[in-house]
Amino acid sequence: MQSFTTLKGLAVPLMRANVDTDAIIPKQFLKSIKRSGFGVNLFDEWRYKDAGFPGQDPATRQPNPDFVLNEPRYQGAQVLIAGENFGCGSSREHAVWALDDYGFRSVIAPGFADIFHNNSFKSGLLPIVLDKPIVEKLATECAEREGYQLDIDLEAQTVTTPDGEVHPFEVDSFRKYCLLNGFDDIELTLQQRFRIEAYEERRRTSAPWLFDSIDSRSP
Amino acid sequence: MTGKTLYDKVWDAHVVHQQEEGTVLLYIDRHLVHEVTSPQAFEGLQLAGRKPWRTSSMLAVADHNVPTTDRAGGITDPVSRLQVETLDANCEAYGVVEFKMNDLRQGIVHVIGPEQGATLPGMTVVCGDSHTSTHGAFGALAFGIGTSEVEHVMATQTLLQKKSRNMLVSVDGQVGPGVTAKDIVLAIIGRIGTAGGNGCTIEFAGEAIRALSMEGRMSVCNMSIEAGARAGMIAVDDTTIEYLKGRPFAPTGDMWDAAESAWRELQSDADAQFDEVVRLDAADIEPQVSWGTSPEMVTSVNGHVPDPSADDYASKREGYQRALDYMDLAPDTPMIDIMLDRVFIGSCTNSRIEDLRAAAAVIRERKVADTIKQAMVVPGSGLVKRQAEEEGLDKLFMAAGFEWREPGCSMCLAMNADRLQPGERCASTSNRNFEGRQGQGGRTHLVSPAMAAAAAIAGHFVDVRHF
Repeated sequence: MQSFTTLKGLAVPLMRANVDTDAIIPKQFLKSIKRSGFGVNLFDEWRYKDAGFPGQDPATRQPNPDFVLNEPRYQGAQVLIAGENFGCGSSREHAVWALDDYGFRSVIAPGFADIFHNNSFKSGLLPIVLDKPIVEKLATECAEREGYQLDIDLEAQTVTTPDGEVHPFEVDSFRKYCLLNGFDDIELTLQQRFRIEAYEERRRTSAPWLFDSIDSRSP
Repeated sequence: MTGKTLYDKVWDAHVVHQQEEGTVLLYIDRHLVHEVTSPQAFEGLQLAGRKPWRTSSMLAVADHNVPTTDRAGGITDPVSRLQVETLDANCEAYGVVEFKMNDLRQGIVHVIGPEQGATLPGMTVVCGDSHTSTHGAFGALAFGIGTSEVEHVMATQTLLQKKSRNMLVSVDGQVGPGVTAKDIVLAIIGRIGTAGGNGCTIEFAGEAIRALSMEGRMSVCNMSIEAGARAGMIAVDDTTIEYLKGRPFAPTGDMWDAAESAWRELQSDADAQFDEVVRLDAADIEPQVSWGTSPEMVTSVNGHVPDPSADDYASKREGYQRALDYMDLAPDTPMIDIMLDRVFIGSCTNSRIEDLRAAAAVIRERKVADTIKQAMVVPGSGLVKRQAEEEGLDKLFMAAGFEWREPGCSMCLAMNADRLQPGERCASTSNRNFEGRQGQGGRTHLVSPAMAAAAAIAGHFVDVRHF
């Protein structure tokens, strides 16, 4: 997994509440069997005027000039300032892959849907929860000032504005540790193989029906 | 010491190890797999040279991409076909049991798990699909996960999790005639909002929940995620036990007896404490119809489209206005005046036999309105379809002008060929009315199966209780 330590990046505001994962990456692009290449279809239905489908030549698309990501001043943005309950809906990790592939490294919002929040950490996209008035202030400042960059320091757990205002944020300590170091969860878990095996041994005795396997009973 | 909630009990029974800062290594009993969220996980496993920890915990099926028309020619769309073939190949390579597209048992993953008895009380059940919450109807802890977590479960049989808070949603008293599980859950979401359950596991309780069949309970738990909760659960009772008896993967003989006595313990203790409690009076719940682009944007069929300029909606004005613009609805329009283009009866929320019976019962030899371009019924599994055909429901639907399809996710999310055209309006028994969910530019209204069937006949929404 890619690690996350510090970031100074251009921000872009998208202050709609309840932005769902269908909006972040529409379903027709989930047919891919790869993890990469989703960035070009991030927010597809808002970003383009024509209908999107897999395998399209990006050069033929008709960008919607009214959508914020298409404004020239926000090209190269790495921090998304978003509304409440960002990433609700489906569990598709493709939503995180699309944000990451587009170039975002962090999303700042008053709140995230649970599965999206979990998925973000797995790809090194840092979700930051700040109080709604603060997020709204950042969004307003960002819209008012071209080239608005935010400084994010995961170790210190702070977001710093161009004016030097420092906003601390909470992050789960274990997730922080994994993200700072770019650790692979699976490798860490497999170091506890003995614990998993011991658990299974106990459960095979106390609740054997849970191990009455699908493969042995398949007609 | 205070008592434990149902969620506490199932959680505690699956803790392999708890780290100092509270992260838990949680054991996973059942891993359901479908074609959309698994290919990258299998690939990750292969690239790292790992093997699945316990393939006997896994059951796979292709549901999102499969055609619901004649399957003799296979899947036409090459991209969809590749995804389904990739699932077939991965299951073959790793020895995972899969119900293939032409297997009678194939269907929507959240329909076939319970139908086969692969979902059992007290289990932890995961799937790379947010509607995994469905399985909580059995007193299981069931939740959706992303693809990285799918790979984690494959490789380790565990997940790294933090415990959620406990929320109780009690629906007290009895619902009136014509009010279904779908109306109950839509009313709950309307009340607590689409983020109301964020960070929580919801236990649904109360007389109106206890009175539901297992299929009704699955519809309720299915939409927990639409209230922001990853998981919804319902305590085990006789209804649960009766449903499971004789299912293909359910235990038998002495093992059944041991299991049943353990399952009977799966309820919250009388003195259990919940972090949040919400109560609804069942008698107040009327048939529901969503009007906007989030499941919380819902009202009674006898209600109106809200006026975003009203003082009550000050904090939601912008979102409401955006939703009305997308839905092309004027404020204060009576819900029964909304004309429809298509009707979809199906999805992991409402495609089980009782759903189809409820829809068919509304028809009474009437026909789908001329103004409806298409009304389709998509059974949740091959076995549901066969059962419906044995009962003659297919003939009732087709005589009325409905299309009778093969099982799959279909127009709930339009990954296959079944989709809305831009601007079309649909009465749908599915779970999400997001922008573009059923096809780019499509407009979705969420309803129960009976309400959908009535809308198909009338051409607009009607109160099914007087239809």
